[in-house]
This record gives sequence, structure tokens and C-alpha cells, in this order.
Amino acid sequence: MFVPGNNPGMIKDAGIYGADSIMFDLEDSVAITEKDAARFLVFQALKTLHFGKKEIVVRINDLSSGLGIQDLEAIVRAGVHVVRLPKTDSAEDVVFCEKEIERIEKEAGIPLGTTGMMAAIESANGVLNAKEIAHASGRLIGIALGAEDYVTDLKTTRSDGVELLFARCMILNAARSAGIDALDTVYSDVNNEQGFIEEATLIKKLGFDGKSVINPRQIDPLHKVFMPSEKDLEKSRAIMAAIAEANAKGSGVASLNGKMIDKPVVIRAQRMLDLAEISPIVEGEEV
Amino acid sequence: MKLMKTGTAGTMESNDIMVTLEPKETGGVQIALSSSVMQQFGRQIEAVIRQTLTELGIAHASVDAVDKGALDCTVRARVRTAAYRAADQQNYDWGAM
Repeated sequence: MFVPGNNPGMIKDAGIYGADSIMFDLEDSVAITEKDAARFLVFQALKTLHFGKKEIVVRINDLSSGLGIQDLEAIVRAGVHVVRLPKTDSAEDVVFCEKEIERIEKEAGIPLGTTGMMAAIESANGVLNAKEIAHASGRLIGIALGAEDYVTDLKTTRSDGVELLFARCMILNAARSAGIDALDTVYSDVNNEQGFIEEATLIKKLGFDGKSVINPRQIDPLHKVFMPSEKDLEKSRAIMAAIAEANAKGSGVASLNGKMIDKPVVIRAQRMLDLAEISPIVEGEEV
Repeated sequence: MKLMKTGTAGTMESNDIMVTLEPKETGGVQIALSSSVMQQFGRQIEAVIRQTLTELGIAHASVDAVDKGALDCTVRARVRTAAYRAADQQNYDWGAM
């Protein structure tokens, strides 16, 4: 969930809504005259507030603007989990950011490699370089689509999602190629819950691992889309039980209801159970 | 840190604090604080303001603070921002904070 970096009230409450990841924003939601204030605020918040097990991300400013380096100096020292690099057009952008993070970790006595990275792809160039970007650093935990700048670059606007299909597929396949997460863009119309659910359903079908949200109201619907159904879970448990039984018998072949269970079926079943295990809905936690 | 001019940071929004620092040559740190939670947290807010200014090496200043229920970390952030602005300084020593 994106949280504006210069809003103390939103920062204070960011942990209570059930988002898996909290992303403090120093970029687009902060006026150019308040960049220093937001940086100090997020720095102090990271050093002081506790957000439990949630992943803490900070979206920095573009490194070429000069502001991005200052952002890194502050938030890496404050112990951010993941730096979100905006407007990533090439692998060189990732490598440059990584080198700066490494320098700051060394200066601050932070173990090298502590700080993760996420690259946001927001241009046609970035989309075409998605594979190289995804493979550019071992610190990358994922790559994300930033749709608003991307559609502007394409000379179109956001509509039913067809304009984003190529970018989404490129980013998804690049992420899978590198073994990292693929994260979808925001849905800006917070009052259109049905439209949000339809878009979330589409990106889940494509294979994305998650989606950025801009309002706490979008968290619960998103979790519901990504949460496996009870029917899927029952089937997954039955598959894993059949595999365990076959293994116990020393058989290399397992079947369920007359159908052979091959490796991709097992991988999907395990993934489904893993997802259910980490889901706040299953744990009975409020979301 | 030497204050060169008036520096302001923060907003009048809930959970924030608006801090204005003015340079002084002598007389220590003078704080005029108003807060929506003055009775409960007034002394704590003033202590955080003083401590933050001390950390920045500011011995003399006039502080006007309007608090709307800010956490300590917000008070620290706004005082630091106002101080760096008042000192017209952009060389931040993040490692020392």
C-alpha cells in the first residue's frame, strides 16, 4: 500500500489495515518544496515506529534528479527493507542504484546486501528491457509496472486494461525468468470497487504476485481475489496427501481420482497451500 | 548548526506539528507551544523539541510550535526540517541522526 511520505497521520496508521507491504512514498505524492520534510519524516518513522512483520518499502525519487541519492542516504541508514526505484529504463539504472546502496551500507556499518530493491518499470524502453532489468541485481525482490507514466509514454490512456497487456506480460515473464516477484500497478479510481476487483482478477489470472493499492479500502478485496478458495485448498491438500502416500509406498507415480499427478500439479498445489498459510484471512487476522 | 533565517516545517493537519524557528544570538531556546493535547503531552513535546535542537548544536533560538497531536518522531522530523531550512543547509549528516 502506497502511503504519502509527508503525511504523519497516514504514516502512523499505515500498519493497521492489513497490507502485506507498506510503501512510503517520497516521489509523486510529495510536493517538490516538501521533499526534505518528507525525507526527514520517513527517516524518523522508520527508526521509531514498528510495523510488525510487514515489509517496509520506500519509493525514492528518480536518481537522476539528485533527490534520489539523498533519499537513499536517509532510508538505507534508517533500515528500510526494500527500496523502490522509480522510472527504471535499463539494467544500468538498477546497477547504479545498487552501487549507491552498497556504498551507504558500507559507510553505515550495515551488513552488505541487507537492503532489497524493487524496480518500477514506467516506460516503453523499460518494458522492452524488462528481462535485463529483472536480472540486473541479486537485491531485486521484484519488478513492478507503473502504468500512468507508461501509458503516457505510449501516447494512450488507461482504459479496460488492453493498453497494458503487453507490458504486463513482459514484466511477468521477465520476473519469472529471474525468479522474482511481478507486481502490478495501482488502480486509481478508489470508488470503483467492481472495476478494481475485475483488474485484480485479471492480473491474478496472468500470474502476478500482487498489486499496489492506494487506499486501505482496496486491501480486503485484493486479498479476497488472491486468496485460494476452499475448494482449491481441499483439492491441493488431497494432491499433497496422494503424493505423500505414493512416496511412503516407494511409488514414483501418484494419482488422484484416476488422474495422474505430475510435477506441475504438485508445484501448483503447494503454492496454493503456501499462499493460504500466509493469508491474513486464513489466520483470522483482521484485514 | 548556525541558524541564518526563519525556518518553518510541518502543517496544521491532525497528527502533525508546525514548527517555526528563528535565529537568536543569546538567551537560550525560547519555546512557545500550543497543542491540542497540551495538558497530557505539552511537557513531553517541549522536551523533544529541546533535545532535537541540542543534538543539532543549536543553543539559541526562538521556537513557535503549533501541535495537532504529533508523535515524538514527527516532532523530531519537523524540528530538524525547520532547522536545516533556517540554516540554509543541505548537507545532511544522516549517520549522526
